[in-house]
Amino acid sequence: MFANFDFDVIRRSLGYLFLDGMTFTLTLTGMAALGGLIFGTLIALMRLSGLKLLGRIAGLYVDLMRSLPLVLVIFWFYFLVPYIGQWLTGSSRPIRVGAFTSSLVTFIMFEAAYFSEIMRAGIQSIPKGQPMAAQALGLTYGQTMRYVVLPQAFRNMLPVLLTQTIVLFQDTSLVYVLSIPDFLGAASKVAQRDGRLVEMYLFAAAVYFAISCAASFGVRRLQARIAYVH
Amino acid sequence: MNYHWNWRIFWEPAPSGTGTYLDMLLAGLVLTIETAICAWVIALVFGSVVGVLRTLPSKTAFRVGFAYVEFFRNMPLLVQLFLWFFVLPEILPASWGLWLKQMSNAPFYTAAIGIGLFMSARVAEQTRAGIGSLPRGQMLAATALGLTTAQAYRYVLLPMAFRIILPPLTSEFLNTIKNTSVAITIGLIELTGEARAMQEFSFQVFEAFTAATVLYLLINIVVVTAMRLLERGVAVPGYISGK
Repeated sequence: MFANFDFDVIRRSLGYLFLDGMTFTLTLTGMAALGGLIFGTLIALMRLSGLKLLGRIAGLYVDLMRSLPLVLVIFWFYFLVPYIGQWLTGSSRPIRVGAFTSSLVTFIMFEAAYFSEIMRAGIQSIPKGQPMAAQALGLTYGQTMRYVVLPQAFRNMLPVLLTQTIVLFQDTSLVYVLSIPDFLGAASKVAQRDGRLVEMYLFAAAVYFAISCAASFGVRRLQARIAYVH
Repeated sequence: MNYHWNWRIFWEPAPSGTGTYLDMLLAGLVLTIETAICAWVIALVFGSVVGVLRTLPSKTAFRVGFAYVEFFRNMPLLVQLFLWFFVLPEILPASWGLWLKQMSNAPFYTAAIGIGLFMSARVAEQTRAGIGSLPRGQMLAATALGLTTAQAYRYVLLPMAFRIILPPLTSEFLNTIKNTSVAITIGLIELTGEARAMQEFSFQVFEAFTAATVLYLLINIVVVTAMRLLERGVAVPGYISGK
C-alpha cells in the first residue's frame, strides 16, 4: 500500500502548504474568532438588554445562522459581500472583494451567532448581586459590563470559547467550496497538479489532527486549572 | 442596487431537463433528507456502542472508545470525506478499489457513511454523558437483581440515558442535516448543491439561496417540533422534564 507512496511531493510542497495555506487558515481562524467574539458579545448583550425589539432581532439572527449549513452561508456572503460593499461605499457597481475579506466576513458573521450563545451563558452565570453591587457603587450600565460582568463571563467561558475556536479552525477548511487556497485548498491544488491525492490528503488529515489534538489537550489542561482554583 | 430580482424564476424550466427550477430544489431537499437519515442511523448505532464502551469498567474498552472519538473529532468533516472518497479506493487492494470507484451513487454512500461516522463521535460523547449522569445506584441495583452487565445496560441504563439525552441528540440530528451540505465537495448535489446549480444556470443568485434558506428553516422547524413531541412522550417521571 505504501510501496509507491511519494514522500517527496509533500517535502517539495511544504513551503507552499504552510507559508501560504496554513498562514491563510490560521489568520482566518484568529481574526474570525476575535471578530466573532466581539460581535457575539454585542449580540448577547442585545438579547439580555431587556429591550424587547432589540432582543428579538438578536434572537432571530442567532436562530437563523444556527439553522443554516455553513456551506450555504459561505455562498450567501460570497455573493452578498460585493453588494454590501457597494452599499457602504456608495459606488455605482458591486465592488470586487478579495477571497480573504469575503471569507473573513462570512466566518465573523457565522461564528458571532455561536459565540453569542456562549457569552450569554457566561453572563447569565454571574450572580445577580454583582451587577447590583456595581450599580449601587454608581457605575453606569456600560461600566458595569466593562469592569464587572464581562471580564468574569469571559474568564468562566474561556475553555468553551477555545473549544469553539478549534471547531472554527476545522470549519475554515470549507472555504474549499470557493476554491480558496487555505491549507486544505493548497494541499488539494498540489494533489491534483501532481496526481498525488493519497499522499496530500493523508498529510493534510494528519496536520489537522495534530493541531486539533494538541489544542484540545491544551484546553483540557486549562479547564483543569480553572476548576482547581474554584 | 442593480440586481434584477425575478421571483418567477422558480417556475421556469431548468436546463437540466428534469422540470422547473423548483423541482430541482425539491429534488435536492429530498436528497438532503435521505442522506441525513442514513447518516443519522449510522451515527446512532456506532455512537451508542462507542459511548457504552467508554462507560464500561474495562480499561481497554475505555481506551478504544477514547481513540475512536478523538480520531473522528479532530479532523474537519471535509477532510474525512476526502479520505473516504479519494484515498480509500487507492489504498485498498486494486480490485476492491476499482469496484468502489465504479459504484454508481458513490457520493451518496460516501456522504452517508462519512458524515455518519463523523457524527457518531459526537453521539458517543452524548451517550457517555447520559449514562454518566445516572445515579450509581441504578447499576448497583441492576447487578444486585442478578442482571448481567449486558442486561443492565439493555434494560436499566440505556432506556434512561437515551431519554435524558434526547434534547442534545436533537441538536446533533440538526447538525447531521446541516453537515450533508459538505458533501457538495464530493459531488453530491443536495439542497445547497441544487441552489448553487440554479445560481449558475439562471444567475438569480439571491432567489436560489433564499429558497434553500427557507427550505432549511422548514426542515429545522419540523424536526424541532417532532422532537419536542417525542421528548414529552418519553419524559422520565420525576425528572425536571418529566410529569
